[in-house]
Amino acid sequence: MSESPDLKIVAFCCKFCAYKAADLAGSLRLQMPPELRIVQVPCTGRLDMVEVLHALEEGADGVMTLGCMPGDCHFLQGNLRARKRVEYVKKLLSDVGLEPERLEMFNLSSAMGAKFVEYAVEMTERIRKLGPSPLRRPSNAAAQGYRDDRLESGMRNMEAPQALPQESTVVPAEM
Amino acid sequence: MIVAGQKPLAEIKKMLGDAERILIVGCGTCVTVCFAGGTKEVAVLGSALRMSTQLDGNAKTIDELVVQRQCEWEYIDPLLPELDKYDAVLSLGCGVGVQALAERFPNKRVIPALNTAFMGMPTRDGNWEERCQACGNCVLDKTGGICPIARCSKQLLNGPCGGSQEGRCEIDPDVPCAWQQIWDRMNSLGLQEQLLAVEPPKDWSTSRDGGPRRIVRDDLQLPAEYRD
Repeated sequence: MSESPDLKIVAFCCKFCAYKAADLAGSLRLQMPPELRIVQVPCTGRLDMVEVLHALEEGADGVMTLGCMPGDCHFLQGNLRARKRVEYVKKLLSDVGLEPERLEMFNLSSAMGAKFVEYAVEMTERIRKLGPSPLRRPSNAAAQGYRDDRLESGMRNMEAPQALPQESTVVPAEM
Repeated sequence: MIVAGQKPLAEIKKMLGDAERILIVGCGTCVTVCFAGGTKEVAVLGSALRMSTQLDGNAKTIDELVVQRQCEWEYIDPLLPELDKYDAVLSLGCGVGVQALAERFPNKRVIPALNTAFMGMPTRDGNWEERCQACGNCVLDKTGGICPIARCSKQLLNGPCGGSQEGRCEIDPDVPCAWQQIWDRMNSLGLQEQLLAVEPPKDWSTSRDGGPRRIVRDDLQLPAEYRD
């Protein structure tokens, strides 16, 4: 799985299912695609689609959102809302001109460690076929930067291009 | 509240034209509540425009800002020192907000990113319905609190037309017949007799027919010689 080790796929994982499934996959010593960058969220319903867009904007080649099985959401309907929002963002991405396939929602339970790896591999294969995100090499540095909350009013200002934050990478291999 | 929806991204990009540095200004009032122009929508549109223009090979500077209320001078005046940095302001406010920005900042291009739709309310998640048309002469006392001007497709004042079918309007089975609703409500209130009174033709001069409207409250104004 080292054909394109520089691809980055951000996986927003619900702490009640996908994150634990990833943990289980680690305990089972299943091989995880190295492209994956796991970010834990309290529920996929809590995941703000702005964060999905920011991940893609900052150069993620793909984004996965992984929530509980329909009907099993810890917060009852968060995963159902997330799926609708993901559908909305996929449509927005095609308006933007970025392949909507770079974003996908998956459902699984905390017991599905192997399924987690299967989804991760499926997504990685898909992204490999699509190739690196065209947004990874900005044609103009001015396109970058919106996180500087310099003014209390919420003004977003320009700053230097940033790499995907490595701190958000969590390796799900706690025993 | 004022309800609005966002214009398609392609239309917004076309309106922006050759502007290279753009400030998106959202509004923290009505259009925040109807999920059209608040902080989140500004962030989504900003991100979409940055990505889209970058993919077009002409990455633009897109900055984001939300003011509490785009339709009052005191909230938009603080923008002035920032505006020099931008070729255009893309407003995610309603039509009032867009015009307030244009009026206050005469040298800056102001572009609307929303289509302002109506005055209404959310009736369930993700669903907004018109409730008031600002006719300027409220008749809700006579119609059980249900507006025949905003909610009857023909704005009838004396009962339903022949297009009322099983409580639905003939224009669309999803649209309830306002006069059926009025009758049901007046009936349940025991006030159905009131509907027998014939309503004369409405004076529309308080509505749009009288031209642009304004309200003047002298008690809220300083004497003329003390005003700014």
